[in-house]
Amino acid sequence: MNYVIIGNSAAAVGGIEGIRRVDREGLITIVGEEPYHVYGRPLISYLLEGKTDAERMKYRPGDFYEKNGCELKKGVAAVKIDAKKKTVALENGEVMPYGRLLIATGARPFVPRIRGLEKYEYHTFMTLGDALKLKAKTDAVKNAKVLIFGAGLIGLKCAEAIYKRVSEITVVDMADRVLPSILDAESSALIKAHLESRGIKFLLSADVSPDDFQFDILCVCTGVTPETAVAKDAGLEIGRGIFIDKNSRTGDPYIYAAGDCTESFSAVTGRRGVTPILPNAYIQGETAGINMAGGSAEYDGAMPMNAIGFFGKHILTAGIYEGEEIKRGSFAAASASDLSSVSACTLKKLFVKDGGLKGFIFIDDFKRAGIYTALVRERRDISGLDADALIENAGLNFYPKEFRDEVLKRRESRQGIYAGENLL
Amino acid sequence: MKKIYVQEEWCLKCRLCEYICAYANSGFKDIAAALKDKPINTRITVEESGRISYAVSCRHCDEPSCVKSCISGALEKVDGVVKIDKDKCVGCFTCVLACPYGAIAAGEDGAAMKCELCVENSGGSPMCVKYCPNRAIILE
Repeated sequence: MNYVIIGNSAAAVGGIEGIRRVDREGLITIVGEEPYHVYGRPLISYLLEGKTDAERMKYRPGDFYEKNGCELKKGVAAVKIDAKKKTVALENGEVMPYGRLLIATGARPFVPRIRGLEKYEYHTFMTLGDALKLKAKTDAVKNAKVLIFGAGLIGLKCAEAIYKRVSEITVVDMADRVLPSILDAESSALIKAHLESRGIKFLLSADVSPDDFQFDILCVCTGVTPETAVAKDAGLEIGRGIFIDKNSRTGDPYIYAAGDCTESFSAVTGRRGVTPILPNAYIQGETAGINMAGGSAEYDGAMPMNAIGFFGKHILTAGIYEGEEIKRGSFAAASASDLSSVSACTLKKLFVKDGGLKGFIFIDDFKRAGIYTALVRERRDISGLDADALIENAGLNFYPKEFRDEVLKRRESRQGIYAGENLL
Repeated sequence: MKKIYVQEEWCLKCRLCEYICAYANSGFKDIAAALKDKPINTRITVEESGRISYAVSCRHCDEPSCVKSCISGALEKVDGVVKIDKDKCVGCFTCVLACPYGAIAAGEDGAAMKCELCVENSGGSPMCVKYCPNRAIILE
């Protein structure tokens, strides 16, 4: 079998590793538009901060492609899929036949209509190329004033990334709060106050134009949208993203898709949607790879979850924020004006509905958070746990005893081996 | 590859495993220097509910969620052991969010920390197993 993967990020790596679990022989060709070895895309902000470097941010070691029998064509874009002939056309004129194809094209920055934007040079912040350009710009313009459109994950990570490289940062957004995709109003107020305590300025609920501001550098960080152009004429079902099932299959038996370019069923709501996060990309890619090579794999559905930090403050969230709130923490919205006290605040908030945990928001109080994630993803019945126990400390006691035994216990216990030695 | 198993009926709640774990991973030879007046940075956690107690550490899963979720490629399963490359870890804690057993925690150095079966620390083999006074933690 010969495999072609369009894209060279987490979903592609998942695809390669998935294929190699089943098929050690077949040739895998990766077509990557970016001119780089695969890197952890969310690490671009850490790169600008100086917390990682080009070598350490490699998502897989330098010999990854070679070890996995892959040919990487980097710096060349795929332009068109011919599903009838089972070929992919590249921008350099090359036409590549495939036995199985994985579309892992990711996303591209979404730039909304912003009045006056066309008059300015602006930066986006998604790829390593974007980060290097922004780095060069902040090197060239000393003490720059920066205007960022977008108070979401990308905009705020961009702000943190360049914080020490510029003199002033203003973040504007139409939304009334920061990080609206992962935080509720209360937790959002905490994070906004924390960022304000570092001197970042915000203008929210603001329908503004760059014309209204004085700045040296403009960044547009208003989110991403699935990159589906190459799949346009392939006859696939495309909504906001390329639609895939839980086997990462599209409607075409020879074409699979994974990651930020797709639309899939949510593990939490069961509804179709785009879940552009790295763990989801890897898992969908790996699932695709196993199935492409003739194995059998299914993932549990896309799990909305995010772990992200800003200036030392850690946010871990998952699921949806519906139902009864159970919370603990030192943050009160009233104290948001006292910025100096906010940095020490924590918040742990659970959302419970119909006997199940639907989601959570943890800020600097996230011990053993993955147990909560599992309760959400597996839709476990938690009606036997009271609110105090649930918020206090997560433990394997949240699971049924049979499950705990399966996880921890040696199945065939041999007589005698567990007898305690007499120490005295 | 051998795995750590835990027999809850034999656990005495003594938490010796937590102290030994923190000591083995501290870099200190002197146990007092490692532990006295310091936070116990353990990678194994004793859970108690009522009369029941048991120690939980990394299961070194066949399908490790932490490895699949890691945004930097810092987590890898090598010869049956899920390991963290602290040099690559940026401390986002996606792994903490992904582990269904709560077996990964934030370390003092800003990177994630977890049980690596003492293969690379001063222990060489799991110290929690070696020093559990009632053999509630076993390696088989």
